[in-house]
Amino acid sequence: MKITVRYFAGLREQKGKASEELSVPEVACVRELYSHLFPDDKVGRMPVMYAVNHAYVSGDHELSEGDEVALIPPLGGG
Amino acid sequence: MFVIVREAINVREIEKAVQWPGAGAVLSFVGVARDNFEGRAVLGLEYEAYDEMCLPVMEQIRDEVVGKVPGVRVAMAHRVGRLEIGEASVVISVAAPHRAAAYEANRLAIDLLKAKLPVWKKEVYADGASWKANEESGERGVS
Repeated sequence: MKITVRYFAGLREQKGKASEELSVPEVACVRELYSHLFPDDKVGRMPVMYAVNHAYVSGDHELSEGDEVALIPPLGGG
Repeated sequence: MFVIVREAINVREIEKAVQWPGAGAVLSFVGVARDNFEGRAVLGLEYEAYDEMCLPVMEQIRDEVVGKVPGVRVAMAHRVGRLEIGEASVVISVAAPHRAAAYEANRLAIDLLKAKLPVWKKEVYADGASWKANEESGERGVS
């Protein structure tokens, strides 16, 4: 299953890119995806929110083919 | 009007988007780049947005505000990119028949924006820079 992952702010800087296409197992939920992409380091424990196809979802949301997943670090708008 | 912009925000333009002949109150909140954070000099700000998601989230904020304060109209603009001190980062304009509803709706809208709009702020100092999170955002945590 192919998905697109978007990175922002500190997560984007750590990855060195703003997005990438990935192949992931069918069962992966967004929280597992985050743990996979940012294993146990300081930034990896950041309290992120998740969005799929431009809408917030909970951590147990399961991925589907073609999804655009965003890992949302703590917000700073305003 | 719900927009993410890369140039200076024209406040009057946002206000015109909500104004109508029955509105006796038009109220704008302007968030401005400030020159300090907890005593440390801030030279400028850099904002980043998830553009494609900002527009639906702005509409959701509008719906929530109108749900709680019926009869108001809401518009908002957020700027991204590098901002100098004193420049507006965000403008929220509301219009209502009377001022009480306008004040209530505007306050609610900026609180919701800080908690939900996918935008990030980096403060630039003389000797570095760091991403700054809103208190409203931290409350949500991992879901």
